[in-house]
Amino acid sequence: MTMTVLAFTGATYLGREETMTKSEMRGLTRRQLLARVSAVGASFLIGSGFIAGTGAAWAYETNHLKSEDFATLVQMARDIYPHDRIPDEHYVSAVKGYDSSEAAADIATGIAKLNEAAKKKGFVSYLDMGWERDRVDILRSMEDSSFFQKMRGGLVTGLYNQKAVWPIFGYEGESFSKGGYVDRGFDDINWL
Amino acid sequence: MAAPFDMNDDSVIVIIGTGAGGGVLANELAKKGVSVVALEAGGRYLPEDYINDEWESFGQLAWTDPRTTSGDWRVAKDFSGLPAWIVKAVGGTTTHWAGASLRFQDHEWKAATTYGKVEGANLLDWPIEAEEMAPWYDKAEKKLGVTRTNGWPGLPGNNNYKVFEAGAKALGYKEVSTGRMAIMSHENGDRTMCQQTGFCFQGCKWGAKWSAAYTDIPEGEATGNLEVRERAHVARILHNEAGKVSGVEYYDADGKLQMQKARVVCLAGNSFESPRLLLNSASSMFPDGLANSSGQVGRNYMRHMTGSVYATFDKPVRMWRGTTMAGIIQDEAMHDPSRGFVGGYEMETLSLGIPFMAAFLDPGAWGREFTTALDSYENMAGMWLVGEDMPQETNRVTLNMDVKDQHGLPVANVHFDDHPNDIAMRQHAYKQGMAVYEAVGATRVFPTPPYPSTHNLGTNRMSEKPEDGVVNKWGQSHDITNLFISDGSQFTTGAAVNPTLTIVALAIRQADYLADELSKGNL
Repeated sequence: MTMTVLAFTGATYLGREETMTKSEMRGLTRRQLLARVSAVGASFLIGSGFIAGTGAAWAYETNHLKSEDFATLVQMARDIYPHDRIPDEHYVSAVKGYDSSEAAADIATGIAKLNEAAKKKGFVSYLDMGWERDRVDILRSMEDSSFFQKMRGGLVTGLYNQKAVWPIFGYEGESFSKGGYVDRGFDDINWL
Repeated sequence: MAAPFDMNDDSVIVIIGTGAGGGVLANELAKKGVSVVALEAGGRYLPEDYINDEWESFGQLAWTDPRTTSGDWRVAKDFSGLPAWIVKAVGGTTTHWAGASLRFQDHEWKAATTYGKVEGANLLDWPIEAEEMAPWYDKAEKKLGVTRTNGWPGLPGNNNYKVFEAGAKALGYKEVSTGRMAIMSHENGDRTMCQQTGFCFQGCKWGAKWSAAYTDIPEGEATGNLEVRERAHVARILHNEAGKVSGVEYYDADGKLQMQKARVVCLAGNSFESPRLLLNSASSMFPDGLANSSGQVGRNYMRHMTGSVYATFDKPVRMWRGTTMAGIIQDEAMHDPSRGFVGGYEMETLSLGIPFMAAFLDPGAWGREFTTALDSYENMAGMWLVGEDMPQETNRVTLNMDVKDQHGLPVANVHFDDHPNDIAMRQHAYKQGMAVYEAVGATRVFPTPPYPSTHNLGTNRMSEKPEDGVVNKWGQSHDITNLFISDGSQFTTGAAVNPTLTIVALAIRQADYLADELSKGNL
């Protein structure tokens, strides 16, 4: 993947579009950017007020949540519905709605509980736990909490109803405008 | 007199709901010269309006007015506010149905006599003989254009069907085909042929599938005798001092309360709203609700045994391509108590898109156990199990006095507990369904729990004796001669088949009886 230089454009919120867009941080090289952020856990760069994918293919500037909390939320979303072939940007899309004035307090409280549970197991934070199974153990222990259930329930549409995600599963979506499948393989199975 | 009709015109027949029952009844009466006002709570959507997108279509078409649930059925836990997936629109649930059009088997009209006493089940024979229904089924099949009747060919089998058929044959099943579907399989002047588009559940954008919305309703309107009022939400059925219905109150599209007088009222709001309306129409003369001297209004709610089986294979299936439900195994539909239950079930192909699969494959599930299933979505095949569930008096629709709808009226609470016969049948069906797919190499199988109900029956059932039900063999209230029920809530028992063809046949028959009674001056 080619190196991309990140940039901010003032108050532009990079996360608004359905798919992540690249943005440019004026004058900073990737090396300079990395000097300002902490690379955390699996795949995030976290700066003040933003998180980004380590390949810098996407970035999201937080509005109400701390960027570390938002990164934790993204990881939690992936741990609830892990798909190794779905890139981070779709999990970010799925949870960015919680980065709002109404939701921020409850989310921060919930994330704090995740981090507290991680600390009890000897880690610095939830994001610090390298093995998915350790993070999932924590989630399982709080499965009945309203925080977990709200996250899980929201992801059913928040994650799976993104059109950009469907091709990853092979699902072809809308069909009428293409004349249906009568000439596009409705019965093309060949291995029976 | 021609449409539109005056609110004070008490010579009109008022029909509430325009689905398989109400829509067909409206057209059949209009064709006979009877003046009809059909009140539809929803709006009007036609093929050009339908959307090939599961959640967007759901937002357009589904009934989402509040309901509550109780009982041990899993739907009450996973989808507590959504006991049914049905339609709020002109054409009703015929907009979203998959088109499966099967007749009852003869013995299914006499479930009580055939099955004998089943502890805890409120079984009753229909007050109709099987032979009597044959000509009405003929008419219904012609109206719907049902494949494999009238010389019309079956639909071709899609990928999902081919897997299903191969597994069925490997197990030794004999009655396997693409089934009897109300979907055009041949060139004709009327409806476009099926283009194997999928999204049958989201309304057929070709109009190849029969739906009252673009067949019976416009046909009836063209006679000049049918007036459909959309976004007309009926609140109450009114009666006079003689105990006969006299009209209905409804909220119009602007939210204003209107009152339409009526000579006869026919209720076809599907099996939650119909009993709810009768109960909400209680008065000092009828303190338990209209038509409820037996106490059976709202009771005996049936939703068919249901459940699904999905399976993944090591190679692609792409089950979403093509019709959603053109495939059936009928070998288990007979009554054979040696299997450990009374009644039978059909196995029918079924497909969901990724968005709905995520919601319904295993509601509440999460983690890799769940996501690995979706990772194999492209290699997935699926079927739906439709079996006869037992009517129980305690499975019922009642008014929830603590929850009111947008008009301030108490909503329906739907209580349902599985009967042991339902559970035994479902377990058998899961086992057989999984065996079908394992016979052709499935690497993983999923016995999926019942969805929010798409078949909703029995809550105003037909009975010979007034104390056992709500309506007589014509769907006419035992208590009030000018009040009829015209939807699936009439069903005394559910049989092992999708109900729409029978609802349509009963509606055509009811139109004949009603028109006859009107002309004799009996109503």
